[in-house]
This record gives sequence, structure tokens and C-alpha cells, in this order.
Amino acid sequence: MTLLITTIAAAVCTVIWYKNADKNELRLDVPCWMFWGASIMWFVDAIFEYAEMGSEYFTPEASDMLNDTFLGFSVIALGLVVWTAVLLIKDPKGVVKSKLFKR
Amino acid sequence: MACFVVPVAEAVIATAAKKVVEKKEESVAKETAVSTIETKNANKIPFSRKLGWLTKLLWGGSFLLAFEHLWHGEIVPYFPFLTAMSNPEDTAEMLHEMATVGVTMALLVTAVWGVMLVVSSIIEKKVQKTQQDKISD
Repeated sequence: MTLLITTIAAAVCTVIWYKNADKNELRLDVPCWMFWGASIMWFVDAIFEYAEMGSEYFTPEASDMLNDTFLGFSVIALGLVVWTAVLLIKDPKGVVKSKLFKR
Repeated sequence: MACFVVPVAEAVIATAAKKVVEKKEESVAKETAVSTIETKNANKIPFSRKLGWLTKLLWGGSFLLAFEHLWHGEIVPYFPFLTAMSNPEDTAEMLHEMATVGVTMALLVTAVWGVMLVVSSIIEKKVQKTQQDKISD
């Protein structure tokens, strides 16, 4: 479930990045790299788990699925927090600077 | 258990390599006339930038994986940081997981980056060819 949620987030971010690629004022490349990197790594994890568990991998316990879903959304939230921090620090549009030095 | 440590190690090496390549590219740019570089490499992506793609994939992925390990209680904010280090049996299992899952993770990320390199090189060649055709016309 974590893999699924992260991969969907990566695909959505990539589409939005592609749509705004000319400006890239929102630094959407940051969540794209993060979520794709994590998706690839969790995909490997999933392959190893599948090799170990077989078809049982696709029928997890309800509690495990709930925990994984919760983790998946937490991962997305953390990724978005990191992206927001990068956006405010890099400040490509100069919004933070202009607000700070505005008299 | 600690599979993300392998991609982190690769990320450290790739970041160092990126810095070295960046410095080399800067020194070459200074030595060569600007006009020559512009005409030759106008549509060529510097290798340091390409290495940047790999480092971003590795750092980003490892960071989120580290969070997952923290979530599952496999990482703790105090020494020895990895709970599997507390007894030899768990340590052996952790090392085995690093050698199998961790190494495969690092290899797959690198393979994806390799595909990106191939695709970007094809695009570069196409753009260069289009420009050459325009000039010759």
C-alpha cells in the first residue's frame, strides 16, 4: 500500500511538473525525485517480499493494510513538508525576500 | 532493517563524484573560449547535471525509506541508532538484508538512471541533428 500511494504521488507530481516545466517556479522537481526514488526502492522491497510470501503478499491482514496506508500518507505528508521547505529556502519567485524586506 | 543504508552510501559517493565533475567542467569552460563551447555544447547536458539526477533519486528515496524504518522502530534516535545492532543474530540478519535488498535497491535506481541517460542522449542527438539541418538549409 505504501508503494502504491507513493507511486501515485510520484506520477501526479510528474504530470504537474510537466505541465509547468517552462517556469518550474514551484520546484516540483523536488517531490518528483523524492517520490520516484522511494517508489523504486519500495518496489524492490515488494519483489523480495513477494518472493518470500508468494500470493499471500496480495492479501494482507486488514490491520497491516491500515498501517501501511497510514504510513503511505505520512510519507507523502513528509515529502510535501520537505518540498515546502525547499521552496521557501530557494524562493525562486522571490516572494519570501520581498515579504521579509517589505516596509 | 537497514536496507536504505546501501543507497545512502551510493548517494554519498555520487554526490562527491558530482562535485569533482562540476569542478572539472568549470575549469574546462574557463580554459576553452566561450564561443567554442556554446557552438559545440549548446544542446549537451553537462554530466554533472546528469549525476545530479542520480543523487536526487538516491537521497530522496533513502530519506523516505529512513522514515519508514523509523516508523517501524528499526531506527532509533540514540546509539547504536539501528535496533538490529542490539544482538548478533539481528545484526547478521540486517547485514544479509543490506547485501540482498539494499544492493538491489541501489542497482535498480542506478539502472533507472542509466535508462534516463540513454533517453537524454537520444534527445540530445535529435536536437543537434535538427539544428544542423536548419543551419545547412
